[in-house]
Formats: sequence, C-alpha cells, structure tokens
Amino acid sequence: MLLPVKWLQEYIDIDEDSKTLADKLTLSGSHVESIISLDRGIKNVVVGMIENIKAHENADKLLIIDVNIGKEIIQVVTGATNLKKGDYVPVALVGAKLPEDIYIEKTNFRGVDSYGMLCSLKELGYEDSVIPKEQRDGIFILDKEYPLGTNIDEILGLHGEVIELEITPNRPDCLSIVGMARETAATLNRKLKLPEIKVNDEVDDIKDFVESIEIDNQLCNRYYAKVIKDVVIKESPLWLQTKLMEAGVRPINNIVDITNYVMLEFGQPLHAFDLEKLKNKKIVVRRARDGEKITTLDDVERTLNSSNLIITDGELPIAIAGVMGGLDSEVTEDTNIVLLESANFNGKSVRLTSKEHNLRSEASSRFEKEIDLSLCEIAAERVCQLVEQIGAGKVVKGNLDAHENIKKEKTICLRPNKVNDLLGTKLTIDEMIDYLQRLDLKSCLEEGKIEVTIPTYRLDLNIEVDLIEEIGRLHGFHNIPIKPLVGTLTKGEKPYEKIVEDRAGEILRGLGINQVMTYSFISPKAYDRIKVKSDSELRDYIKLINPLGEDYSVMRTTLIPNMLALLGRNYNHGVKECYTYEIGNIFIPKELPVKQLPIERKILSLGMYGNVDFYDIKEILEILFNRLGIKNLEYVREENNPTFHPNRTANIMYGGESIGIVGEIHKDVMDNYDIGSRVYIGQLNFERIVKESNLDRKYRPLPKYPGITRDIAVVVDEDILVGELEKIIWKNGEGLIEKVELFDVYVGDQVQEGKKSVAFSIFYRSQDRTLKDKEVSTIQENIITDLEDKLNAVLRS
Amino acid sequence: MRDRLKKIREEAISNIEVLNNLDGWESLRIKYMGKKGELTLVLREMGNISKEERPIIGALANEIRQQIEGELDKAKDRLIEEIKKQQIEKEKIDITISKHTKKLGHYHPLLHTIKELENLFISMGFSVVDGPEVETVQYNFDALNSPENHPSRDLSDTFYITKDILLRTHTSPVQIRAMKQIKPPLRIVSAGRTFRFDDVDDTHSPMFHQLEGLVIDEKVTMANLMHTIDIFIKKLFGEDMETRFRPHHFPFTEPSAEVDVSCFECKGKGCSVCNGTGWSMELLGCGMVHPKVLENCGIDSERYSGFAFGMGIDRITMVKYGINDIRLLFENDNRFLEQF
Repeated sequence: MLLPVKWLQEYIDIDEDSKTLADKLTLSGSHVESIISLDRGIKNVVVGMIENIKAHENADKLLIIDVNIGKEIIQVVTGATNLKKGDYVPVALVGAKLPEDIYIEKTNFRGVDSYGMLCSLKELGYEDSVIPKEQRDGIFILDKEYPLGTNIDEILGLHGEVIELEITPNRPDCLSIVGMARETAATLNRKLKLPEIKVNDEVDDIKDFVESIEIDNQLCNRYYAKVIKDVVIKESPLWLQTKLMEAGVRPINNIVDITNYVMLEFGQPLHAFDLEKLKNKKIVVRRARDGEKITTLDDVERTLNSSNLIITDGELPIAIAGVMGGLDSEVTEDTNIVLLESANFNGKSVRLTSKEHNLRSEASSRFEKEIDLSLCEIAAERVCQLVEQIGAGKVVKGNLDAHENIKKEKTICLRPNKVNDLLGTKLTIDEMIDYLQRLDLKSCLEEGKIEVTIPTYRLDLNIEVDLIEEIGRLHGFHNIPIKPLVGTLTKGEKPYEKIVEDRAGEILRGLGINQVMTYSFISPKAYDRIKVKSDSELRDYIKLINPLGEDYSVMRTTLIPNMLALLGRNYNHGVKECYTYEIGNIFIPKELPVKQLPIERKILSLGMYGNVDFYDIKEILEILFNRLGIKNLEYVREENNPTFHPNRTANIMYGGESIGIVGEIHKDVMDNYDIGSRVYIGQLNFERIVKESNLDRKYRPLPKYPGITRDIAVVVDEDILVGELEKIIWKNGEGLIEKVELFDVYVGDQVQEGKKSVAFSIFYRSQDRTLKDKEVSTIQENIITDLEDKLNAVLRS
Repeated sequence: MRDRLKKIREEAISNIEVLNNLDGWESLRIKYMGKKGELTLVLREMGNISKEERPIIGALANEIRQQIEGELDKAKDRLIEEIKKQQIEKEKIDITISKHTKKLGHYHPLLHTIKELENLFISMGFSVVDGPEVETVQYNFDALNSPENHPSRDLSDTFYITKDILLRTHTSPVQIRAMKQIKPPLRIVSAGRTFRFDDVDDTHSPMFHQLEGLVIDEKVTMANLMHTIDIFIKKLFGEDMETRFRPHHFPFTEPSAEVDVSCFECKGKGCSVCNGTGWSMELLGCGMVHPKVLENCGIDSERYSGFAFGMGIDRITMVKYGINDIRLLFENDNRFLEQF
C-alpha cells in the first residue's frame, strides 16, 4: 500500500523525516518496504499559456506555438495535437531538467527554433498506470488558470515522500490513510485528528429516487445508499487528481475520483451507479441465476452462476457485488443522478467470484479481507461531503440502509501478569494501559484485570494474546531485554536414521561422489524413458491435482529418472566424468485413488559415468556396506529389469530379500537421456540399510601367529560365477581362511573353449596357533574336491 | 721386512684415500686384508726372521693391519655416505607437478547448510526430527490456525493430491506432529522440502526448503525466543551480525515477528544491496505459539507456552555462498557442485 506522507499529515502532526517515520512504523508492525521520493529533480519547468498556434511550413506533424510564461513569450515547436489557444501547460525552458536526467536545450526543427518543450505527465515523471486516459497521449493541460511562470512542481506538489507498506492480512483496517494515521498516532504517541464529516445542504428525499433495498443476508452484510442529483461529471480539481496519483490511483472523473479518494482514505470500496439507467428504482442484492449475463466496466460479457452475488435493479444485473460494476449503469458525462453504493459483502464470496472471473479489482481485494460494517455509513457521508465541497452535485436527504445485526464493540479481559509472562518483560499495569489507549483501545482496571473495549474496526483482536501482541509491538520487540532459555535441560539428539544417513554421505563423499538433490515430482513420461513395464507397480504413482506442468505432475516412485536426467545434463555440458548420489524419498500410495498419506520411503541413489565400470560401482557399494557394518550380502544376476543391461546388473540381496539393485543402464535408456557414455546406477532401500546397519565397533586382538598363503587355480564352465567358487572356498575353510583374493580370470589359448581359468590366492591364519602345512593342505584338498563335485571344476596344474 | 710393511702401509693408505666406489674398496680390502692379501703374504714370511725381531715385526704388522682396517672402515662409511648423497641427488623431482587422480566428493551447498543448522541447534539442546513431504490439510493448515478462507489454501498456491492431502507448503506441520507425540518440555528442529505453486525463475522454485524450530515448556517467553534467534544468527553468520525483530503476522503464532539481519554486504552501514536500510530482510519468521495451536495439540496453554521459528534455507544458502539463481541448486551441474 502507498501512503503519501503529506496526506497522512492531514490527520496527525509529523515532525520526523520520512526515514525516521518509516523506521518507527516498521518497528511497531507496519513494515515499510520502500520510501519513494515525489521530488523528481525537475527544474525550470513553469506554467505557460498558449498564445498562438501556427503550422510548421516544412513539417506536417509539427506546430509552432507561442507560449506566454509571464515575463516573456517564447516560441516552442511541438508535435502535440491536443492544444488550443488559452490552454495552461507545463513548459520546460531551455536549461530545464526533467526526470531521468533529461536536459532541455534550444533546438531547431526543420528551420524553426524551439526554446523549450511542452510536457506531458509522463515527461514529468508520472507512471502510465496513474495518468488519466485523456491526458495519456498529449501535453498535460492544467485544470485552470495559474500564475504564469510558476514552477510546475509547486502546482503538482512534487515534494515529500510516499511510504510503501506491506500490510499483513490480519490488518485490513490499515489499508487506508485513516487506518495508517491511527497506527502512526499510536506509534508516535500523538493525537489523531479525523476529518469532521458533515454535509451542509441536503435536498429532496431519497425515497423519491429509490424505493427499497433488499439484500441476501448470507452474502451481503450491509448495503448503505445515498443519492446525489444535479451531477455535473467532469474532471476533478488538480489537488484531488494529484492526491490520487500519488497514492497510485488513476483519476477518471469527479464522482469516481471521490469514491476512490474515500476508499483510499477510509478503506471502504464504493460504487456509483447512474440511477436513471436502472429499470426499477430499487436495489436487489441476490445470487445470480445460472447463465445470467452482465457486461462489466471493462467491456467484457461475463456469464454468471448461482455462487456469484450480484446487484440488480430488481430485474437485471447492474454489478458483480464487490468486484466490478456493469457497463450499462456506468457513470458517464450524461449522468444526472447518482446512486452511491457503500456496502459490505461476504469476503469469501467476493474472493471466489473474482477468482472465477479472473477479475481482481481494488474493491474485490479489499472485500476479500473483512471490512468494518460501520464504515459503510461513514464513507458514504464522506463522499457526499466531498461532492458538495467540489460542487459535483447536490446531495439528496436521507439514506437507505439494509443490514443484519451490526456487531457492537466487544470487550476482552487481559491479565497483566500474562503480558509479562509471555513477553518476558516487567511492564507495569499503567504502561500496559497506556499502550492500549494509544491504539484507541479503551482500557480500565477491574479487580486486577484490564478490561479492554475493542473498536469494531479491529477485527483482528479476539483473545487475550492478541492484546499482548499489541502491547508488545508498541513497547517495541527491540526493547525487550533478551534472556536465555531456562527450564528443563534437554539433550539435542539426532535420530539413528539420520546418523546412518550422515555416515553414508561421508563414506560416499570420501569415495569422490558428489551429493545432489532433485525434485520430488517428475514427469509420468519418465517411466517410459526408463522403459518401466506397463504393469510395473512403479507406475502406481500419485498424481497432483494442479501440477505446474506435466514435467512436475507425479510424485516419484523411483529416483532413477532424476539421476539420469542430471547425468545427461552434465554429459551434454561436456563434463567428462560424473559421480553423484542422492538420498531422497519415493512416494508409494497405500491405495489408489489416494485416501490417506502415502508411504514415504528413503532411497539412496547412486549414479555415475566416466572412467568406471560395473565393478567400480559395486565396490563403492561394498565399501559402503562394510563401513555401515552390513554383512552377508549377496549379488544375484538380474536379467529382467528393462532399465538395466540384462547381463551387467545385480540384485543386492540381504537375508533372501532384495534391498537394492546395481548395474549398467540399458543402451536404449542411455539414448533416451542423450548420454553417450556407459552409465552405472545403484539404488538402495535406505530404510533397510538403516535397519541392518551396525555402527558399533569392538576391538579384535591383532593376530599373534603367522599365516600361510596358498593359491588355487581351476578351470570351470564360463558361466560359473566367481561368487559361487568363493562361497565354496569359504565354506570349506574351517574358519581358518582370513582372505580370499581373486587374482586371475582367463579365457583364451590354453583353456578349452566355453571354459575359463580362475585363480585365487587364499590366506590362512589361526588365532591360537601357528598353522601347520599339513592342515592347510587338507583344507586345500577339500576345497578342490568340493569345487570338482559341485561346479565340475578341474584343477589347473 | 720392516720396510716392506711400511711400504704396504703407505701404499694402502694412499690407495684408500682416493677410493671412489665400493667395488674398488672391496678389491683393496682383498688386496691388503684378504687371505692372499699383501699383508698376509708378508706375515707368512715371519718364519724367516730372527726370534728377537719377530715380536717387534709382529707388533708392527698388527699395528699396520689395524691402521689399514681403520682406514678401510672410514673409507666405507665415506663411500656409503657419498652413494646415499648421489642417490638422493638423482631422485630430484619437479615438485610443482600435480597429479589430480584422487577426488573427494562434495556436499550439496544447500544440504550442507541444513547440516550446519541442525548441528548448531543440536548444540543448543534441540533434537532433530523429520516430517513427511506429503501432508494433510488438517496438519498443514487447520491445526495451525490458518483461516479457512486464506488464499494460501488455493489451488493457485498449494499443490494438492486430494482435497484433504497436499504437498506441505511449509515445515510447520512438523510442529503439530511433534506436539502431538512428545510431551513438553520439547525443543525440536526439522528441516526439509516444502512446495508451493511457483513457476521456476531466478528466485522461485516449486520445491524449496525450510527449517522449523519449536520450543514448548513452562514459562517460555518472547525474550527467550529473541535470545535463541540472536545466538543462532551470530553463530551462523558471525558475531558482528545484529538482528531486528519486526512485528508481523502468522496465523500460528501470537505475537509474531519477522527477523531482519544486518545486511550481508555492508554489515549494517547501508548499501545498494539493502536499499540503504542496512538490513537484509525477512530472513526468518517467528513468534510465540498461538494458544489455539497448543490446544489443537492437546497442550494446556495456561500452563505451557512456547515459541516457533521458520526460515527459508534456499535463501540462506544463496546469501551465504553468493548464489544469484535458485535454479542452480536443483540443476546439479558438476561444475557448480564442485565449487563447494
């Protein structure tokens, strides 16, 4: 919200400069976002009167103008078309400075000298959004005669500042100059001077113009109407226009400007109808009928439905309540009689209607928040006062006022000790009462408690703690002496799951793998890209009702697509090798359609390309398992996962159950992600990792006895897995094997076709004695026999 | 014979002196000390000399033998030293060469910030808890006293899965979960993903991160809240950072405040980054837990009070590392990640 300081000063004395004022307002709760200076550095731009206009001989589009600037008449060349003799206009003289550091010099237009420039409002620094429509395309014509040669910034009041505020949604009462004046008065501890609202001359009787007002009690809380006759629609006086422009509102005509002025001043949206354009002399506020139509002021025909509240003349819609007026009843130059609406509509209804019709207006955004019902009358009478003041029409006597119960002031009981208990202050009761009184909250002490009367406009004050906040913010949070927490000591803890997660991260980063983070939602197309089978339960994903687009429309049930996408991006950025991991959630619905919260399962996702192969990624996982104390894992060939290479993928088994998968990505999938390098992916069910992990370590005595190394080389069928051989070796070790190392796998010349030679180096050691050659030889023999029996192995000599 | 012995001595000593390698040393040792060495040969002729002279010559021979031995030992030490020196000389390398084969993985900067924050709060007696990313409307809005008619509940602000289930828009529902589960006193923090209907641009992302803190106990005050935040800001950003508590409004706290921190650029003097205010705005929101929220969780608001705070971690991370585009946090470009 824009708060011109000059306007604020009409209701309260302010000696502080705007910066000091802004700081104080910020600290009492009205957050100042910026301070805008009205002084635009304009120099040497004065009022001139057009004495003579003649055509330029050498240029069709230019005019030569003689302008009287008081002490002399100067010649100016212009391309403007909206000028006539006798107009008062701003003239930038030679040597003048305009906003944005534009300087005016003597120039020559096709042989004619120009000693200055006539200015538009835009050239004087006004935003397009506030410049009146008829002023938009030409020189700014002043509304009346001013002393020639007067500086234009004096006439336009281009001095002082406008404060831009962020008003929180609980304080709609502050969305007005008066509301902010009230806050300022409380903040500075000064007296508020509200304008006296009084209409001097009222004529006729409203009953002769409007018969009745009927309202829908549910959606309309109050409808207060006044009538103004003998209306002369024209532009507003300049003081009114500049005030509106400073507050960010575009002047339209005198009647509309006054309603906008009062809306800015008190926060009550108002609307003026051309009464003579109504079919019946009455107002009926009702829900629209489905399919009913209205053309709104923006010249768009809108089809209504029964959730929309409308204003009708008993027959046809004349406005969408609280949102926008109808074009047919618009106030125009021909208007003679105005019906002034000062109403209060249901906020939710206005919000939904304005959203539904994609039609947000200043009025609708104000009605969306609640507005004090008593403002209807005050604002309407204030409009009438201003109409009378600027001679825009004659106010008709009386009003029509339809409403349900208008809420009365309520009282809240405040316990002084609660104030200090919650704020941590040592305020006295007198101080508390003083702060409350500053906010116009009448307070008196009764039996040790403060009885506080809440004015109707303070819709945000409902319970004791609301008042504690008021005292706190006026006292100033910055004036509360800070104190350390006392009370029960608590130990800061981290759940075990997080500790394992941290540990896993440390291990992986230690192995040179970068941590990444990707979105929780993905595109459903990703499942095709990674070739997930059509009946796979991975496709039982949860959809968002309102995604930002297909790419972010379903909750991921796998981390693989995001991993591949980021590897692909890196590959295409020319990154030669990329090693990454992510620990993140997948979302598994308990049922579809979703009725309850889904299962969120943590997955560790590992992805890499570059100078790596299957054995590298597998080794990384093995180190991870080892460091997390997870033992007895098995790797079982996985040939049926379509995302992966059927011959280079393993299921990671623990206790007969798969807890993850590791392998090379299928060529087709790599192509789908535009990666021209083999990609390796590992996925671990991190909940299982946490469950099976064991971070405890116990010291084992160092070996006291020497060990013996023996080699075994056997020839087996090519498809026998090394893991199977190793299993047999370990099984026959009688607990004396310390290490089995594969040192050669050979296929070629000296080995029969379809066979391979596999060689291991086995290290034997006992914890309690020096091993004898003979016992090791026996074990070796047993191993060989077992290998021969079970795997048809042949000892290689 | 005496003369021959002396001659051997002279010759040996001068030969040993000019020795420059171990092979030469070995041949000299054999030449003089070996079983067929010159000295041995001379001594073998001892039988030919007179009885009287024998002990004298014998003594002289011994003396000479010891002398040569001594010289040989010294020469060996010298030679070994020289060889070591030569070896070391030969092993000279270019110490400016870097190998670039070992790599340490990098933390994601945002997740690193979360880790730092969690550890900081653990050191202040807070426990770390987790909450789900998919939440109920009940926990995300209702229980937090969010008005039924509030625009933040709209489809244009919040991602919905059903009319009752959504992607959490803040980490605050963790407060509700914690209060329902743990009896006061309680001090928790919870960081995680949050979601809002925002198109992606420099400063917006439909997914972002928050950290939430909650303290419930008897006699917890606003002064305690301010102290906790002050300590946390100073620990995170430096002792010279000031905090400013600005009254604000959140439905789930009363009183509520937004916290500004000294501008990171100018440390409070006023510069173009902070629009001359000296403050870096809206780093954190906080307040005293609203009594309705306490009651919604079955906590007696007359006996207990508490405070809550929440902050955007993406913003903190960006400020801390000088990152100017939030998209970088989610793109996971290696060239970005390896800077941290």
